[in-house]
Amino acid sequence: METTGADIVIRSLHDEGVEHIFGYPGGAALHIYDALYAQEDVKHVLVRHEQGAVHAADGYARSTGKTGVALVTSGPGVTNTITGIATAYMDSIPMVIISGQVTSNLIGDDAFQEVDAVGISRPCVKHNFLVKDVKDLAMTIKKAFYIASTGRPGPVLVDIPKDVTAHRTEYTYPKTVSMRSYNPVVKGHSGQIKKAVELLLSAKRPMIYAGGGVIIDNASELLTAFVRLLGYPCTNTLMGLGGYPATDPLNVGMLGMHGTYEANMGMHDCDVLLSVGARFDDRVTGDVNKFCPHAKIIHIDIDPAQISKNIPCDVPIVGSVSTVLTEMIELIKASKTKPDKGAIKQWWDQIDEWRSLNCLKYETDDKLIKPQYVVEKLYELTGGDAFVTSDVGQHQMFAAQFYKFDQPRRWINSGGLGTMGFGLPAAMGVQLAHPDATVACVTGEGSIQMCIQELSTCKQYDLPIKIVNLNNRYLGMVRQWQEFFYESRYSHSYMDALPDFMKLAEAYGHVGMRIEKPGDVEGAIKEALKLKDRLVFMDFITDQNANVYPMIAAGKGHNEMELGPCAAVVDPDRELA
Amino acid sequence: MRHIISILIENEAGALSRVAGLFSARGYNIESLTVAPTDDPTLSRMTLVTRGSEAIIEQITKQLNKLVDVVKLIDLTEGPHIEREMMLIKVKAVGDSRDEVKRLVEIFRGRIIDVTDTSYIIELTGDAKKLDAFINAARGAGIIETVRSGVSGIGRGEKGLRI
Ligand SMILES: Cc1ncc(C[n+]2csc(CCOP(=O)(O)OP(=O)(O)O)c2C)c(N)n1
Repeated sequence: METTGADIVIRSLHDEGVEHIFGYPGGAALHIYDALYAQEDVKHVLVRHEQGAVHAADGYARSTGKTGVALVTSGPGVTNTITGIATAYMDSIPMVIISGQVTSNLIGDDAFQEVDAVGISRPCVKHNFLVKDVKDLAMTIKKAFYIASTGRPGPVLVDIPKDVTAHRTEYTYPKTVSMRSYNPVVKGHSGQIKKAVELLLSAKRPMIYAGGGVIIDNASELLTAFVRLLGYPCTNTLMGLGGYPATDPLNVGMLGMHGTYEANMGMHDCDVLLSVGARFDDRVTGDVNKFCPHAKIIHIDIDPAQISKNIPCDVPIVGSVSTVLTEMIELIKASKTKPDKGAIKQWWDQIDEWRSLNCLKYETDDKLIKPQYVVEKLYELTGGDAFVTSDVGQHQMFAAQFYKFDQPRRWINSGGLGTMGFGLPAAMGVQLAHPDATVACVTGEGSIQMCIQELSTCKQYDLPIKIVNLNNRYLGMVRQWQEFFYESRYSHSYMDALPDFMKLAEAYGHVGMRIEKPGDVEGAIKEALKLKDRLVFMDFITDQNANVYPMIAAGKGHNEMELGPCAAVVDPDRELA
Repeated sequence: MRHIISILIENEAGALSRVAGLFSARGYNIESLTVAPTDDPTLSRMTLVTRGSEAIIEQITKQLNKLVDVVKLIDLTEGPHIEREMMLIKVKAVGDSRDEVKRLVEIFRGRIIDVTDTSYIIELTGDAKKLDAFINAARGAGIIETVRSGVSGIGRGEKGLRI
């Protein structure tokens, strides 16, 4: 039987296994919205701004591994999605964005609400399509999901002119899809894998550097088994947190600009570096000329373009993290060579010495709430078992440093693009996918205001998110850079005239709290967590002058970290192994 | 180093802008770019001339390969290959210089394809260096305009860039 293009869109989503989509209607998408109305298989969440729809779909995808879906109208609907699409693109998140387009015969005429969606999104999508014929619609959607979720995942936009959604054709959803121009490699080169294992087993000061690829490929358990088999130290990138259990003694914490002293010193001194699903981002490497000066580098990545892009690599392995790690584990088990126990023990002694500096230690205070303390308490009181989304700034770094993620897909943040405004809508997607879980959004008063309108969506869909606002009245990360690098000239980083967040939360129908004393932090979080079915906005009035330590300033190497005032003093002349 | 990259790409709307967009977004330079459908009308073939260090060229080919529409590509400069470019050039041809230009065209094995009392249009094919040399030689006579096709390239031998 023939049916409309709009109906085909919705039925394709259903046949693709999509349960929730996030969207906002408008003229060019109205046929699709009409088709949504007629069914109950695909549930639609009406956001308050299209950026929120994309971030919510993103949070949904990051926390489940499924492909997130957003639906928007043409013109401003599409332009509002771009920040969200770029955010997903930078972090390799599988996502399909369906956008309405003006009627085919008006395309190119500067029609009402016309924008070249394919053109404007091109630089920040994995791929995109303009569907010109209703007969191509189901196949295009199939391809979109296939491309979005395979290889190195990413967002795919499908732009559909309004007339195409009205035209009729037979509907069958293709069972399979193959494209001659798109065949991602999954299995790594056996010879290279063998070389890598030999190199790893010969290491005296090895380091395993694991990124978001581990999480995307659901390879955390494999990585954990692999690291434990070797007994080598493992560090995670910001995107990789939870990929290896944070509380495991073999974990040396996050690396990079605000990583731990032990992780960064370990990077600097290591003789063999294994990168697993990470991309040598500039926030991780610091000055590339000072990066891992003594190390032979092995790099596992599903995207060949990441290999030797920023840092030349000695043993490249193109393949999925899980297939490559599986092969490596087998080879290590079968190998006659074993890790050099004596050397590895010495290496750990050195690492433990770095650890003993306690680089994350911060000043405590009985009058001012320290932001780190709030995150520590959140960690304790949620038993380390919450989903934590975050925005961008100091609060994000504090969350990354002080919430110890033992599981993958629990830490949801915009690492690549660094998008303020991500946290709350992302938390909506997470909460929708995990209705019974604790979902906390650790944010700042600057970031939360960038998508604050979504508090209304949270009310409509009863999403009991716990917002932890670390309110320092400053764009804190900007203030920190101005303090360090601009002689404390705080140009436009102080936020005056902030709203009363408690009242604001209440105005949206939620519970608001203001916490001003360190002694009240624990009680407030406990109380908020008890309110299982309510969104609670906790406005913590925090120390305005807190800085994120340790820090590698721009142009510095991993061994040139600046430590906070509380970390044990380092003797610069002491002998390091 | 100068590299000639040959690309087989789906003959679809927007494919060209994906390639061009990649180059501008990542700051790679394009010296010339030619594109037209192949004997298989579902595929287009592009010849792209670019310059860069080995590391940059490696990135360029990897990033091009990542484009979903790109089916296959090779760097022709890695092996024996032929490159050709076609030029139409309009040159002043008055008095003595009429014969001089004609001789020049013969030396370069070009053809005069349009003649007026005061000008010639010359068609010339060859590699980029040969066309440059002709332009330099014809300057004396006075160049009115030049149109160059951009480089097309093909690998030598029986193997081909096909699917
Ligand atoms: C959309 C966007 N605009 C600007 C920035 C630059 N930026 C990075 S951190 C930051 C300050 C964030 O302030 P706040 O949310 O209050 O967090 P804090 O650093 O105080 O914890 C800014 C402006 C950004 N990351 N994203």
